[in-house]
Amino acid sequence: MKYGLSVITTIHDWLYSVMPEWLAGLVEMILIAMVYLGIFSVAGLFLVLLERRVAAWFQLRIGPNRVGFQGLLQTMADALKLLSKELTGTQKADKFLYNLAPYFVIITSLMALAVIPFTAEFHAFDINIGVFFLIAISSIGVIGILLGGWSSNNKYALIGAMRSGVQTISYELSIGLSLLTMILLTGTLQLSEIIEVQKSGWLIVQGHIPAVIAFMIYMIAGTAETNRAPFDLVEAESELGAGFHTEYSGMKFAYFFLAEFINMFIIAAIATTVFFGGWLSPFGITESIPWLGVLWFLIKTLLLVFLMMWFRWTFPRLRVDQLLTLEWKYLLPINLVNIVIMALLIWGNLIIKF
Amino acid sequence: MGYFSNIYNGIKTLLTGMSVTGKYFLHSRKGAITQQYPDNRDTLKMFDRFRGEVIMPHDENNEHRCTGCQKCEIACPNGTIEIIWDRGIDETTGRKKKKIDQFIYHLSMCTMCGLCIDVCPTDAIEWGQNFENSVYDRTALTRVLNLPGSKLQPGVED
Repeated sequence: MKYGLSVITTIHDWLYSVMPEWLAGLVEMILIAMVYLGIFSVAGLFLVLLERRVAAWFQLRIGPNRVGFQGLLQTMADALKLLSKELTGTQKADKFLYNLAPYFVIITSLMALAVIPFTAEFHAFDINIGVFFLIAISSIGVIGILLGGWSSNNKYALIGAMRSGVQTISYELSIGLSLLTMILLTGTLQLSEIIEVQKSGWLIVQGHIPAVIAFMIYMIAGTAETNRAPFDLVEAESELGAGFHTEYSGMKFAYFFLAEFINMFIIAAIATTVFFGGWLSPFGITESIPWLGVLWFLIKTLLLVFLMMWFRWTFPRLRVDQLLTLEWKYLLPINLVNIVIMALLIWGNLIIKF
Repeated sequence: MGYFSNIYNGIKTLLTGMSVTGKYFLHSRKGAITQQYPDNRDTLKMFDRFRGEVIMPHDENNEHRCTGCQKCEIACPNGTIEIIWDRGIDETTGRKKKKIDQFIYHLSMCTMCGLCIDVCPTDAIEWGQNFENSVYDRTALTRVLNLPGSKLQPGVED
Protein backbone atom coordinates (compact mmCIF):
# COMPACT_ATOMS: atom_id res chain seq x y z
CA MET A 1 0.00 0.00 0.00
CA LYS A 2 3.03 2.24 0.61
CA TYR A 3 3.87 2.23 -3.10
CA GLY A 4 0.22 2.77 -4.03
CA LEU A 5 0.01 5.64 -1.58
CA SER A 6 3.07 7.34 -3.08
CA VAL A 7 1.45 7.14 -6.53
CA ILE A 8 -1.69 8.76 -5.13
CA THR A 9 0.31 11.57 -3.46
CA THR A 10 2.24 12.13 -6.69
CA ILE A 11 -1.00 12.54 -8.63
CA HIS A 12 -2.32 14.77 -5.86
CA ASP A 13 0.75 17.05 -5.95
CA TRP A 14 0.77 17.15 -9.74
CA LEU A 15 -2.91 18.12 -9.87
CA TYR A 16 -2.42 20.94 -7.40
CA SER A 17 0.63 22.21 -9.29
CA VAL A 18 -1.07 22.53 -12.71
CA MET A 19 -4.53 23.79 -11.67
CA PRO A 20 -6.04 26.32 -9.31
CA GLU A 21 -6.91 24.80 -5.94
CA TRP A 22 -10.68 24.58 -6.35
CA LEU A 23 -10.40 22.90 -9.77
CA ALA A 24 -7.77 20.44 -8.56
CA GLY A 25 -9.98 19.47 -5.64
CA LEU A 26 -12.89 18.93 -7.98
CA VAL A 27 -10.85 16.87 -10.45
CA GLU A 28 -9.46 14.80 -7.60
CA MET A 29 -12.96 14.06 -6.29
CA ILE A 30 -14.11 13.04 -9.76
CA LEU A 31 -11.06 10.80 -10.20
CA ILE A 32 -11.64 9.06 -6.88
CA ALA A 33 -15.32 8.62 -7.69
CA MET A 34 -14.36 7.08 -11.04
CA VAL A 35 -11.97 4.66 -9.38
CA TYR A 36 -14.63 3.59 -6.88
CA LEU A 37 -17.22 3.29 -9.64
CA GLY A 38 -14.90 1.12 -11.71
CA ILE A 39 -13.84 -1.11 -8.85
CA PHE A 40 -17.28 -1.64 -7.44
CA SER A 41 -19.24 -2.17 -10.61
CA VAL A 42 -16.82 -5.01 -11.35
CA ALA A 43 -16.86 -6.19 -7.74
CA GLY A 44 -20.67 -6.17 -7.84
CA LEU A 45 -20.58 -8.37 -10.92
CA PHE A 46 -18.29 -10.82 -9.16
CA LEU A 47 -20.60 -10.82 -6.14
CA VAL A 48 -23.42 -11.84 -8.49
CA LEU A 49 -21.24 -14.66 -9.78
CA LEU A 50 -20.36 -15.68 -6.22
CA GLU A 51 -24.02 -15.71 -5.30
CA ARG A 52 -24.85 -17.95 -8.25
CA ARG A 53 -22.04 -20.38 -7.55
CA VAL A 54 -22.82 -20.52 -3.83
CA ALA A 55 -26.51 -20.99 -4.55
CA ALA A 56 -25.64 -23.84 -6.88
CA TRP A 57 -23.48 -25.52 -4.26
CA PHE A 58 -26.24 -25.22 -1.68
CA GLN A 59 -28.61 -26.92 -4.09
CA LEU A 60 -26.14 -29.67 -5.12
CA ARG A 61 -25.69 -28.13 -8.54
CA ILE A 62 -22.53 -26.87 -10.22
CA GLY A 63 -23.48 -23.37 -11.30
CA PRO A 64 -22.16 -21.26 -14.18
CA ASN A 65 -18.74 -22.64 -15.12
CA ARG A 66 -18.56 -22.23 -18.88
CA VAL A 67 -17.66 -18.61 -19.68
CA GLY A 68 -14.01 -18.13 -18.80
CA PHE A 69 -12.16 -20.18 -16.22
CA GLN A 70 -14.76 -21.62 -13.80
CA GLY A 71 -17.33 -19.17 -15.17
CA LEU A 72 -15.42 -16.10 -14.02
CA LEU A 73 -16.56 -14.05 -17.02
CA GLN A 74 -20.20 -15.17 -16.89
CA THR A 75 -21.57 -12.06 -15.17
CA MET A 76 -19.42 -9.81 -17.37
CA ALA A 77 -21.11 -11.36 -20.37
CA ASP A 78 -24.49 -10.89 -18.69
CA ALA A 79 -23.74 -7.23 -18.07
CA LEU A 80 -22.72 -6.74 -21.70
CA LYS A 81 -25.94 -8.40 -22.78
CA LEU A 82 -27.99 -6.14 -20.50
CA LEU A 83 -26.11 -3.09 -21.84
CA SER A 84 -27.05 -3.95 -25.40
CA LYS A 85 -30.72 -4.63 -24.63
CA GLU A 86 -33.56 -2.29 -25.47
CA LEU A 87 -34.87 -0.13 -22.66
CA THR A 88 -38.59 -0.77 -22.65
CA GLY A 89 -41.18 0.83 -20.44
CA THR A 90 -44.91 0.93 -19.87
CA GLN A 91 -46.87 3.40 -21.93
CA LYS A 92 -48.61 5.14 -19.04
CA ALA A 93 -45.55 5.21 -16.81
CA ASP A 94 -44.50 8.49 -15.25
CA LYS A 95 -41.49 8.80 -17.53
CA PHE A 96 -39.42 11.19 -15.45
CA LEU A 97 -39.69 9.29 -12.16
CA TYR A 98 -39.47 5.98 -13.99
CA ASN A 99 -36.09 6.92 -15.42
CA LEU A 100 -34.92 8.55 -12.20
CA ALA A 101 -35.56 5.58 -9.88
CA PRO A 102 -32.60 3.32 -10.85
CA TYR A 103 -30.14 6.17 -10.36
CA PHE A 104 -31.46 6.84 -6.86
CA VAL A 105 -30.84 3.23 -5.95
CA ILE A 106 -27.39 2.84 -7.46
CA ILE A 107 -26.09 6.27 -6.39
CA THR A 108 -27.05 5.81 -2.76
CA SER A 109 -25.40 2.43 -2.59
CA LEU A 110 -22.22 3.81 -4.20
CA MET A 111 -22.25 6.82 -1.88
CA ALA A 112 -22.23 4.57 1.14
CA LEU A 113 -19.06 2.91 -0.15
CA ALA A 114 -17.15 6.18 0.22
CA VAL A 115 -17.02 6.07 4.00
CA ILE A 116 -16.05 2.43 4.37
CA PRO A 117 -12.43 2.02 5.55
CA PHE A 118 -10.81 -0.73 3.51
CA THR A 119 -7.52 -0.11 5.22
CA ALA A 120 -5.86 2.76 7.04
CA GLU A 121 -4.97 4.54 3.79
CA PHE A 122 -7.68 3.27 1.46
CA HIS A 123 -10.50 5.33 2.92
CA ALA A 124 -12.07 7.89 0.62
CA PHE A 125 -14.13 10.00 3.00
CA ASP A 126 -13.42 9.79 6.73
CA ILE A 127 -16.14 11.94 8.29
CA ASN A 128 -16.74 12.15 12.00
CA ILE A 129 -20.37 11.03 11.66
CA GLY A 130 -19.48 7.87 9.65
CA VAL A 131 -21.99 5.41 11.09
CA PHE A 132 -24.74 8.00 11.12
CA PHE A 133 -24.00 8.84 7.47
CA LEU A 134 -24.18 5.14 6.53
CA ILE A 135 -27.53 4.65 8.26
CA ALA A 136 -28.91 7.79 6.62
CA ILE A 137 -27.66 6.91 3.13
CA SER A 138 -28.79 3.29 3.23
CA SER A 139 -32.38 4.36 3.82
CA ILE A 140 -32.42 6.77 0.87
CA GLY A 141 -32.17 3.81 -1.49
CA VAL A 142 -35.71 2.83 -0.64
CA ILE A 143 -36.93 6.09 -2.18
CA GLY A 144 -35.66 4.82 -5.51
CA ILE A 145 -37.53 1.57 -5.00
CA LEU A 146 -40.73 3.42 -4.07
CA LEU A 147 -40.34 5.72 -7.08
CA GLY A 148 -39.76 2.79 -9.40
CA GLY A 149 -42.76 0.89 -8.10
CA TRP A 150 -45.04 3.91 -8.18
CA SER A 151 -44.07 5.28 -11.58
CA SER A 152 -44.18 1.91 -13.38
CA ASN A 153 -47.97 2.08 -13.30
CA ASN A 154 -48.10 -1.62 -12.52
CA LYS A 155 -49.98 -3.04 -9.55
CA TYR A 156 -47.36 -5.67 -8.78
CA ALA A 157 -44.60 -3.10 -8.87
CA LEU A 158 -46.63 -0.85 -6.56
CA ILE A 159 -47.31 -3.65 -4.07
CA GLY A 160 -43.63 -4.56 -4.09
CA ALA A 161 -42.58 -0.98 -3.54
CA MET A 162 -45.04 -0.48 -0.68
CA ARG A 163 -43.81 -3.65 0.98
CA SER A 164 -40.29 -2.34 0.62
CA GLY A 165 -41.32 0.87 2.34
CA VAL A 166 -42.87 -1.01 5.24
CA GLN A 167 -39.86 -3.24 5.55
CA THR A 168 -37.25 -0.52 5.44
CA ILE A 169 -39.07 1.77 7.89
CA SER A 170 -39.30 -1.12 10.35
CA TYR A 171 -35.84 -2.61 10.04
CA GLU A 172 -34.04 0.72 9.83
CA LEU A 173 -34.74 0.99 13.57
CA SER A 174 -33.05 -2.30 14.34
CA ILE A 175 -29.99 -1.51 12.28
CA GLY A 176 -29.62 1.87 13.95
CA LEU A 177 -30.15 0.57 17.46
CA SER A 178 -27.83 -2.42 17.08
CA LEU A 179 -25.10 -0.14 15.75
CA LEU A 180 -25.84 2.27 18.59
CA THR A 181 -25.17 -0.54 21.05
CA MET A 182 -21.67 -0.78 19.65
CA ILE A 183 -21.25 3.00 19.57
CA LEU A 184 -21.64 2.89 23.36
CA LEU A 185 -18.42 0.88 23.40
CA THR A 186 -16.46 3.01 20.96
CA GLY A 187 -17.70 6.43 22.01
CA THR A 188 -17.28 7.74 18.45
CA LEU A 189 -19.11 7.58 15.15
CA GLN A 190 -16.00 8.01 13.01
CA LEU A 191 -15.22 4.70 11.33
CA SER A 192 -11.43 5.06 11.48
CA GLU A 193 -11.60 5.70 15.21
CA ILE A 194 -13.98 2.78 15.70
CA ILE A 195 -11.22 0.60 14.25
CA GLU A 196 -8.60 2.27 16.44
CA VAL A 197 -10.65 1.30 19.51
CA GLN A 198 -10.64 -2.33 18.34
CA LYS A 199 -6.85 -2.60 18.52
CA SER A 200 -7.48 -3.78 22.08
CA GLY A 201 -9.87 -6.55 21.00
CA TRP A 202 -12.60 -6.68 18.40
CA LEU A 203 -15.85 -5.14 19.56
CA ILE A 204 -17.68 -8.46 19.41
CA VAL A 205 -15.13 -9.75 21.97
CA GLN A 206 -15.02 -6.53 23.99
CA GLY A 207 -18.77 -6.41 24.36
CA HIS A 208 -19.23 -10.21 24.58
CA ILE A 209 -22.92 -11.19 25.18
CA PRO A 210 -24.71 -7.93 24.26
CA ALA A 211 -22.36 -7.51 21.29
CA VAL A 212 -23.24 -10.99 20.00
CA ILE A 213 -26.94 -10.21 20.39
CA ALA A 214 -26.43 -6.90 18.62
CA PHE A 215 -24.56 -8.68 15.83
CA MET A 216 -27.39 -11.20 15.36
CA ILE A 217 -29.96 -8.42 15.25
CA TYR A 218 -27.79 -6.45 12.85
CA MET A 219 -27.45 -9.38 10.47
CA ILE A 220 -31.21 -10.06 10.49
CA ALA A 221 -32.07 -6.40 9.97
CA GLY A 222 -29.31 -6.02 7.39
CA THR A 223 -30.66 -8.90 5.38
CA ALA A 224 -34.07 -7.26 5.51
CA GLU A 225 -32.55 -3.94 4.48
CA THR A 226 -31.07 -5.42 1.32
CA ASN A 227 -34.42 -7.00 0.39
CA ARG A 228 -32.93 -10.47 0.20
CA ALA A 229 -34.57 -13.75 1.11
CA PRO A 230 -36.01 -14.55 3.64
CA PHE A 231 -37.14 -10.89 3.54
CA ASP A 232 -37.50 -10.73 -0.25
CA LEU A 233 -41.23 -10.12 -0.27
CA VAL A 234 -40.40 -6.92 -2.10
CA GLU A 235 -39.47 -8.94 -5.16
CA ALA A 236 -41.27 -12.18 -4.30
CA GLU A 237 -41.01 -13.87 -7.70
CA SER A 238 -43.83 -16.27 -6.91
CA GLU A 239 -46.29 -13.52 -5.97
CA LEU A 240 -45.37 -10.29 -7.72
CA GLY A 241 -43.46 -11.15 -10.84
CA ALA A 242 -40.33 -9.24 -9.95
CA GLY A 243 -41.84 -6.66 -7.59
CA PHE A 244 -40.74 -3.07 -8.02
CA HIS A 245 -38.50 -3.74 -11.02
CA THR A 246 -41.08 -5.71 -13.02
CA GLU A 247 -41.23 -3.08 -15.74
CA TYR A 248 -37.53 -2.36 -15.99
CA SER A 249 -35.28 -3.85 -18.62
CA GLY A 250 -31.74 -3.62 -19.89
CA MET A 251 -29.33 -1.41 -18.02
CA LYS A 252 -31.94 0.07 -15.69
CA PHE A 253 -32.73 -3.39 -14.44
CA ALA A 254 -28.99 -4.05 -14.12
CA TYR A 255 -28.68 -0.98 -11.88
CA PHE A 256 -31.28 -2.34 -9.48
CA PHE A 257 -29.63 -5.72 -9.57
CA LEU A 258 -26.13 -4.34 -9.03
CA ALA A 259 -27.34 -2.05 -6.25
CA GLU A 260 -28.79 -5.03 -4.39
CA PHE A 261 -25.44 -6.78 -4.41
CA ILE A 262 -23.42 -3.68 -3.54
CA ASN A 263 -25.85 -3.09 -0.67
CA MET A 264 -25.20 -6.60 0.53
CA PHE A 265 -21.48 -5.88 0.42
CA ILE A 266 -22.02 -2.63 2.33
CA ILE A 267 -24.04 -4.30 5.05
CA ALA A 268 -21.32 -6.93 5.44
CA ALA A 269 -18.63 -4.24 5.36
CA ILE A 270 -20.33 -2.22 8.11
CA ALA A 271 -20.62 -5.36 10.22
CA THR A 272 -16.94 -6.07 9.61
CA THR A 273 -15.98 -2.55 10.63
CA VAL A 274 -18.15 -2.31 13.68
CA PHE A 275 -18.03 -5.86 15.04
CA PHE A 276 -14.98 -7.63 13.62
CA GLY A 277 -12.23 -5.05 13.68
CA GLY A 278 -12.32 -3.89 10.07
CA TRP A 279 -8.89 -4.24 8.47
CA LEU A 280 -7.22 -5.34 11.71
CA SER A 281 -5.74 -8.81 11.51
CA PRO A 282 -6.74 -11.37 14.15
CA PHE A 283 -4.36 -11.11 17.17
CA GLY A 284 -2.35 -8.55 15.19
CA ILE A 285 -0.44 -11.25 13.27
CA THR A 286 0.23 -9.08 10.21
CA GLU A 287 0.39 -5.70 11.93
CA SER A 288 3.82 -5.01 10.42
CA ILE A 289 2.49 -5.24 6.85
CA PRO A 290 -0.23 -2.58 6.69
CA TRP A 291 -1.33 -3.22 3.09
CA LEU A 292 -2.60 -6.69 4.11
CA GLY A 293 -5.42 -4.77 5.80
CA VAL A 294 -7.40 -4.77 2.55
CA LEU A 295 -7.09 -8.54 2.39
CA TRP A 296 -8.28 -9.03 5.97
CA PHE A 297 -11.14 -6.63 5.39
CA LEU A 298 -12.23 -8.47 2.25
CA ILE A 299 -11.93 -11.90 3.89
CA LYS A 300 -14.11 -10.85 6.82
CA THR A 301 -16.61 -9.10 4.55
CA LEU A 302 -16.89 -12.02 2.17
CA LEU A 303 -17.43 -14.40 5.09
CA LEU A 304 -20.36 -12.25 6.21
CA VAL A 305 -21.62 -12.05 2.63
CA PHE A 306 -21.47 -15.83 2.56
CA LEU A 307 -23.51 -15.91 5.77
CA MET A 308 -26.18 -13.78 4.09
CA MET A 309 -26.18 -16.10 1.09
CA TRP A 310 -26.52 -19.04 3.47
CA PHE A 311 -29.60 -17.33 4.95
CA ARG A 312 -31.01 -16.76 1.51
CA TRP A 313 -30.75 -20.33 0.34
CA THR A 314 -31.99 -21.86 3.61
CA PHE A 315 -34.93 -19.90 4.94
CA PRO A 316 -38.40 -19.59 3.40
CA ARG A 317 -39.89 -16.16 2.78
CA LEU A 318 -41.79 -14.45 5.60
CA ARG A 319 -45.34 -13.11 5.28
CA VAL A 320 -45.85 -9.38 5.76
CA ASP A 321 -47.45 -9.85 9.19
CA GLN A 322 -44.64 -12.17 10.28
CA LEU A 323 -42.13 -9.62 9.06
CA LEU A 324 -43.67 -6.90 11.19
CA THR A 325 -44.13 -9.19 14.19
CA LEU A 326 -40.47 -10.14 14.07
CA GLU A 327 -39.37 -6.53 14.04
CA TRP A 328 -41.77 -4.79 16.39
CA LYS A 329 -42.41 -7.58 18.90
CA TYR A 330 -39.03 -9.28 19.00
CA LEU A 331 -36.07 -7.40 17.55
CA LEU A 332 -36.95 -3.92 18.79
CA PRO A 333 -37.64 -4.77 22.48
CA ILE A 334 -34.60 -7.06 22.62
CA ASN A 335 -32.53 -4.33 21.08
CA LEU A 336 -33.65 -1.70 23.58
CA VAL A 337 -32.97 -4.04 26.53
CA ASN A 338 -29.63 -4.88 24.92
CA ILE A 339 -28.59 -1.23 24.84
CA VAL A 340 -29.36 -0.91 28.56
CA ILE A 341 -27.36 -4.06 29.31
CA MET A 342 -24.43 -2.76 27.27
CA ALA A 343 -24.57 0.57 29.08
CA LEU A 344 -24.57 -1.23 32.42
CA LEU A 345 -21.61 -3.35 31.35
CA ILE A 346 -19.62 -0.28 30.42
CA TRP A 347 -20.66 1.46 33.63
CA GLY A 348 -19.55 -1.53 35.69
CA ASN A 349 -16.40 -1.82 33.50
CA LEU A 350 -17.21 -5.45 32.64
CA ILE A 351 -15.99 -5.30 29.06
CA ILE A 352 -13.12 -7.55 27.96
CA LYS A 353 -9.99 -5.67 26.88
CA PHE A 354 -6.61 -7.09 26.06
CA MET B 1 -42.69 -17.46 29.23
CA GLY B 2 -44.02 -18.17 25.76
CA TYR B 3 -42.14 -15.16 24.45
CA PHE B 4 -38.67 -16.43 25.32
CA SER B 5 -39.35 -20.04 24.36
CA ASN B 6 -40.51 -18.66 21.00
CA ILE B 7 -37.19 -16.93 20.53
CA TYR B 8 -35.29 -20.05 21.62
CA ASN B 9 -37.26 -22.33 19.31
CA GLY B 10 -36.95 -19.88 16.47
CA ILE B 11 -33.18 -19.70 16.72
CA LYS B 12 -32.91 -23.48 17.21
CA THR B 13 -34.97 -24.31 14.12
CA LEU B 14 -33.16 -21.72 12.01
CA LEU B 15 -29.81 -23.22 13.00
CA THR B 16 -31.11 -26.72 12.23
CA GLY B 17 -32.06 -25.56 8.76
CA MET B 18 -28.70 -23.88 8.28
CA SER B 19 -26.86 -27.03 9.31
CA VAL B 20 -28.79 -29.05 6.72
CA THR B 21 -27.96 -26.66 3.88
CA GLY B 22 -24.42 -26.33 5.23
CA LYS B 23 -23.96 -30.07 4.84
CA TYR B 24 -25.23 -29.84 1.29
CA PHE B 25 -22.82 -27.01 0.61
CA LEU B 26 -19.85 -29.03 1.85
CA HIS B 27 -20.83 -32.12 -0.13
CA SER B 28 -21.71 -30.32 -3.34
CA ARG B 29 -18.33 -31.16 -4.90
CA LYS B 30 -18.91 -34.90 -4.89
CA GLY B 31 -22.68 -35.05 -4.79
CA ALA B 32 -23.58 -32.58 -7.53
CA ILE B 33 -26.49 -33.95 -9.50
CA THR B 34 -25.81 -31.77 -12.54
CA GLN B 35 -24.68 -33.73 -15.59
CA GLN B 36 -22.30 -31.72 -17.77
CA TYR B 37 -23.80 -33.44 -20.76
CA PRO B 38 -21.76 -33.05 -23.94
CA ASP B 39 -18.54 -33.41 -21.92
CA ASN B 40 -19.46 -36.63 -20.17
CA ARG B 41 -21.20 -38.21 -23.13
CA ASP B 42 -19.04 -41.34 -22.97
CA THR B 43 -19.66 -42.04 -19.31
CA LEU B 44 -23.20 -40.73 -18.94
CA LYS B 45 -25.59 -43.44 -17.79
CA MET B 46 -29.28 -42.69 -17.68
CA PHE B 47 -31.33 -44.02 -14.80
CA ASP B 48 -33.28 -47.27 -15.13
CA ARG B 49 -36.74 -45.79 -15.44
CA PHE B 50 -35.75 -43.22 -18.04
CA ARG B 51 -38.17 -43.16 -21.01
CA GLY B 52 -36.04 -42.44 -24.02
CA GLU B 53 -37.64 -44.41 -26.83
CA VAL B 54 -39.41 -47.74 -27.39
CA ILE B 55 -37.06 -50.50 -28.46
CA MET B 56 -37.51 -54.19 -29.29
CA PRO B 57 -34.65 -56.25 -27.91
CA HIS B 58 -33.31 -59.10 -30.02
CA ASP B 59 -31.25 -62.00 -28.75
CA GLU B 60 -28.05 -63.33 -30.32
CA ASN B 61 -29.98 -65.50 -32.81
CA ASN B 62 -31.72 -62.41 -34.16
CA GLU B 63 -34.98 -63.47 -32.51
CA HIS B 64 -37.52 -61.11 -30.93
CA ARG B 65 -40.48 -61.85 -28.67
CA CYS B 66 -43.25 -60.11 -30.63
CA THR B 67 -46.13 -62.39 -31.59
CA GLY B 68 -47.95 -59.70 -33.54
CA CYS B 69 -50.96 -59.65 -31.24
CA GLN B 70 -51.38 -55.90 -31.92
CA LYS B 71 -52.37 -55.10 -28.33
CA CYS B 72 -49.84 -52.34 -28.30
CA GLU B 73 -51.25 -50.87 -31.48
CA ILE B 74 -54.73 -50.80 -29.93
CA ALA B 75 -53.44 -49.39 -26.64
CA CYS B 76 -51.51 -46.57 -28.24
CA PRO B 77 -53.54 -43.34 -27.84
CA ASN B 78 -52.15 -41.57 -30.91
CA GLY B 79 -51.29 -44.21 -33.50
CA THR B 80 -47.58 -44.25 -32.89
CA ILE B 81 -47.31 -48.00 -33.41
CA GLU B 82 -48.27 -49.66 -36.65
CA ILE B 83 -47.85 -53.40 -37.12
CA ILE B 84 -47.77 -54.81 -40.62
CA TRP B 85 -48.40 -58.51 -40.27
CA ASP B 86 -48.58 -61.48 -42.47
CA ARG B 87 -49.63 -65.13 -42.34
CA GLY B 88 -46.80 -67.57 -42.74
CA ILE B 89 -46.44 -71.33 -42.48
CA ASP B 90 -45.25 -72.45 -39.08
CA GLU B 91 -42.39 -74.95 -39.52
CA THR B 92 -43.22 -77.19 -36.56
CA THR B 93 -46.99 -77.54 -36.91
CA GLY B 94 -47.33 -76.82 -40.61
CA ARG B 95 -50.32 -74.58 -40.05
CA LYS B 96 -50.81 -71.04 -41.14
CA LYS B 97 -49.86 -68.59 -38.35
CA LYS B 98 -49.84 -64.80 -37.79
CA LYS B 99 -46.41 -63.19 -37.63
CA ILE B 100 -45.09 -59.65 -37.87
CA ASP B 101 -43.58 -58.32 -41.02
CA GLN B 102 -42.72 -54.82 -39.84
CA PHE B 103 -43.19 -53.27 -36.39
CA ILE B 104 -43.32 -49.58 -37.31
CA TYR B 105 -42.75 -47.05 -34.55
CA HIS B 106 -43.24 -43.30 -35.21
CA LEU B 107 -40.98 -41.67 -32.64
CA SER B 108 -42.16 -38.23 -33.74
CA MET B 109 -45.68 -39.02 -32.54
CA CYS B 110 -44.79 -40.89 -29.36
CA THR B 111 -45.66 -39.18 -26.07
CA MET B 112 -43.70 -41.73 -23.99
CA CYS B 113 -46.87 -42.70 -22.10
CA GLY B 114 -45.72 -46.31 -21.88
CA LEU B 115 -49.14 -47.93 -22.37
CA CYS B 116 -47.76 -50.20 -25.13
CA ILE B 117 -45.07 -51.54 -22.85
CA ASP B 118 -47.52 -52.09 -19.99
CA VAL B 119 -49.93 -53.95 -22.22
CA CYS B 120 -47.48 -56.23 -24.05
CA PRO B 121 -48.16 -59.82 -22.90
CA THR B 122 -44.78 -61.16 -23.98
CA ASP B 123 -42.51 -58.25 -22.97
CA ALA B 124 -41.40 -57.84 -26.55
CA ILE B 125 -40.91 -54.08 -26.33
CA GLU B 126 -39.33 -52.03 -23.57
CA TRP B 127 -37.86 -48.59 -22.80
CA GLY B 128 -34.55 -47.67 -24.36
CA GLN B 129 -32.12 -45.25 -22.72
CA ASN B 130 -31.11 -43.36 -25.84
CA PHE B 131 -32.25 -39.73 -25.87
CA GLU B 132 -30.16 -38.25 -28.67
CA ASN B 133 -32.97 -38.35 -31.17
CA SER B 134 -32.54 -35.12 -33.09
CA VAL B 135 -32.28 -35.63 -36.85
CA TYR B 136 -32.36 -33.37 -39.89
CA ASP B 137 -35.00 -35.40 -41.72
CA ARG B 138 -38.19 -36.37 -39.95
CA THR B 139 -38.54 -39.60 -41.91
CA ALA B 140 -35.61 -40.85 -39.84
CA LEU B 141 -37.94 -40.81 -36.84
CA THR B 142 -40.12 -43.53 -38.35
CA ARG B 143 -38.43 -46.71 -37.36
CA VAL B 144 -38.87 -50.42 -37.98
CA LEU B 145 -38.18 -51.99 -34.66
CA ASN B 146 -37.78 -55.64 -35.71
CA LEU B 147 -34.47 -56.23 -37.39
CA PRO B 148 -34.47 -57.52 -40.96
CA GLY B 149 -34.62 -61.31 -41.11
CA SER B 150 -35.55 -61.65 -37.46
CA LYS B 151 -38.12 -64.15 -36.30
CA LEU B 152 -40.11 -65.04 -33.24
CA GLN B 153 -38.23 -66.57 -30.37
CA PRO B 154 -39.46 -70.17 -29.90
CA GLY B 155 -41.46 -70.82 -26.74
CA VAL B 156 -42.83 -67.31 -26.33
CA GLU B 157 -46.38 -68.29 -27.19
CA ASP B 158 -46.52 -71.29 -24.85
